[in-house]
Order: sequence, then structure tokens, then C-alpha cells
Amino acid sequence: MITKRIIPCLDVRDGRVVKGVNFLGLADVSSPVRLASYYSQCGADELVFYDITASAEGRALFTDILREAASTIFIPLTVGGGINTVDDFDRVLKCGADKVSVNSGAIKNPSLIRDAARRYGSQCVVLSVDAKRVDGQYRVFARGGREDTGLDALDWIRRGVELGAGELVLNSIDTDGVKGGFDLEMLGAVCEIADIPVIASGGAGCIDDFVTLFKTLPGVDAGLAASIFHFGEVTIDSLKNTLAENDILVRR
Amino acid sequence: MIAIIDYGVGNLFSLQSSFGMIGAEAVVTGDPAVIRSADRVILPGVGAFEDAARKLREAGLDGLVREQARAGKYILGICLGMQLLFDRSYEFGCHEGLSLIPGEVVDMTPVIGPGLKVPHIGWNALLLTKPGHPLWKYIRPGDCVYFVHSFYGANCGDAVLAETEYGAMLTAAVGRDNVLGCQFHPEKSGPVGLNILRAFCEMR
Repeated sequence: MITKRIIPCLDVRDGRVVKGVNFLGLADVSSPVRLASYYSQCGADELVFYDITASAEGRALFTDILREAASTIFIPLTVGGGINTVDDFDRVLKCGADKVSVNSGAIKNPSLIRDAARRYGSQCVVLSVDAKRVDGQYRVFARGGREDTGLDALDWIRRGVELGAGELVLNSIDTDGVKGGFDLEMLGAVCEIADIPVIASGGAGCIDDFVTLFKTLPGVDAGLAASIFHFGEVTIDSLKNTLAENDILVRR
Repeated sequence: MIAIIDYGVGNLFSLQSSFGMIGAEAVVTGDPAVIRSADRVILPGVGAFEDAARKLREAGLDGLVREQARAGKYILGICLGMQLLFDRSYEFGCHEGLSLIPGEVVDMTPVIGPGLKVPHIGWNALLLTKPGHPLWKYIRPGDCVYFVHSFYGANCGDAVLAETEYGAMLTAAVGRDNVLGCQFHPEKSGPVGLNILRAFCEMR
């Protein structure tokens, strides 16, 4: 039977891995290629490279780094950040990405999901949604959590699935960076309506948070986290051992 | 030298890099002369069967793959490249394959039962049907590989080399003499996948 996936996420800016708390206060962590290779060797099931560069120079540096990482690691690699057109898909796929995650670009232009799915297949299109509780609903935020789009997250996810998204990353802004556990309530609501793989993001603070996630919500396929892995608070190996002891299937 | 056949389907960067990693020279090519001169051939593929089969035919490479298979050259089809080796596929209609391995490509949805998502995406264990096969030289029980697919090879008879369990037993790898195929992506399956490629390169 299929295993639950553990996915470290590397936010990359100007050639370095950074990680924010509630999307603010970025702190330098490490070299993306070195960190990617480390994760790949110690049992990560997949990696996400998120490009949070603003400049064209930074973008060119990002694709160079991506190419270097992709030629040394042999696990699936998802790339997100700054994906606004099918040409952006092309740019990162040529550098070795396996999947491409869309967020603000798809909110601006939802047909990007359909066009990319037709060209590269649904398995290649990951819909990444940053959501936060506003006025009793889950609201979609764009531009790295800075802009309230007014969209209802569950409506937007339904639409994204219809347009051809093949996987979904749900990042709860409410729990992101707080390290108090995944947003089980929001994730539960999303699992009810999405029949594509759901990747939980935002809030992992310790190993038990992953155990609780997979035990409470069997519909969640993967857990994604950044800082707890980058700062060595949780190693992939010990996380997977504990998951296995709790009868959660993992690859070891 | 290993020829990775380029017929305009999918991204071959990782596949080429993975052979580099195990010290095997691999070239990405659509040139028949280069493919004929290669020691081994990789038939990759992602996307829809019909589109891939048409592109292979339009590039004039379907006959070449058959010719190379008949000549006894080791050929490995990966993912959709494996599915192309079968007699036919029922993905969006009925389309002819290369008929190098018996079997047909069918939708997994009816057989896996309710509650499981399609496509089958992620790491799943290899269950070896023929544990002694040279492709499994470095494989240990419980080793997982990375799958991304909605259709699978059915009615493959004794060509099945391994299966994986996802609500039903799905064909994970097939082989008949010098022609082999794997549904999973060895180039995305970490050290286990690299070892499968290494074993393929060592087959005599």
C-alpha cells in the first residue's frame, strides 16, 4: 500500500534557503543544493523548491541552482514561486523539476491550470493554496500571504481540481510558523471535497504533529515542513521511525 | 553507451543525470544511427498513450524500437514507455502498442475499489513476482519506488516481474527476454531506483 510522504520545503531567495515565521522575518539557513542533497540521502520522499526571488537576476540564479540540485538528487522535485505562464512551467521543467506548483499566478489566471495540465499532464500541476480564517470562512490569500483575494478556499480548490490540478498543497496561514501542529480542521474540510492527493503544510512543530496528522486525517497523503527540518529539530529518519511505530506506512 | 530515445515526450534531464550518477554514459537522441549504435536503449514517456504512440510513429522510431528488440538489444521502457511495449491501450479509445510484451493498458479505477485516489502517486513497495530476475539484483524486500500513473498493464501473463499493491495488485515491472519495462520512475526512486538502472546496465 502507498506510503505517506514527508516533504521538506526549501524557500530560496538570492541563491540561499530562507524560512519565515508567518511569512515574515526571513532568516538565512543554508545552501539549497547542499540541503537538497542532504534531505535526499536521509530519506525525504520529495522536495519542494520555492522561488521567493523578486529580481530577474535572482530568477536566473534560481534556475541554475535548480539544475544543479536536479542533477544530484533522484527523488521527485516540485518547483513553485513566480509561476504565471505555461512558459514558466517550461523554464523549470527543463531544469529538472518534475512538478510545478501554482498559486498567485493561477488565482490571477485560472486557465493556467487547464493549459498546463493539457500540455504536461495533471500529475505535473500542483495547486498550492495559502488559506486563512476570515469572517467564518477559509479565505484564499495571494502574493505570499499578503493579499486577501476574497475567494473561498473550498470553492477555489473545487475549481482547481476541475481545471486539472493533480495535487493540492494546503498551507494554513493561521498555523504556519507557529509550530503548534497542522491545521486539522481546515485540512479535514479540504479532504472532504478534494479527490486528488492532499499535502498538509503549515504548523509542524514536532514529530507528534505528523503522527496526529496522519492518524486523524487518513485522507492526507503527505506532510510538508521547512524550519523544523532545516534547523535539525526533527530528522527525517526519527520522524519516519516514529510514524512506523504508530502503524503509519512510510518508505524507509 | 545508452540511448535515451527522444521523441518529444517529457523531460529527460533527470533520466540522463541518473545514468551519469551510476557511471554509465547516456545520450538523449532521436537519431536512428545513434540508437542503432547504442548498447542499450531506454524508451521513456509521460502523458497520454495516443499522443506518445503517434509521436513515436511520426518520428519513424516505432519500427526502429521493434527492430532493435528483435536484434536482441536490451530495451527498458519507463512509465508510459513501458505501456507502449504492450499490445494495446484503452486510454481514451483503443490504440495499438508495439506488441513487444503481451498485455494491455487499462484504467485502474474499476479494480482498486473505492476510497483510493487516481492517479496512484507516491512511493509504494515492489512485490517481486520473479525475485531471481537480474533486474532485481540489488533489491531488498520492502524497497519502495515512485509511481505516477492512472493506467496499468493487465493480462501480461508470465511477463510480470513485479507488482505493487494499491487496492489491487498492479503491474510494476515486466520483462520478456531482452525487453523490459517498469511502470515506476527509477530515475526518481532514490538509491533503489539507481540500483535498478545499474542492474539493467549489467544485464548480459
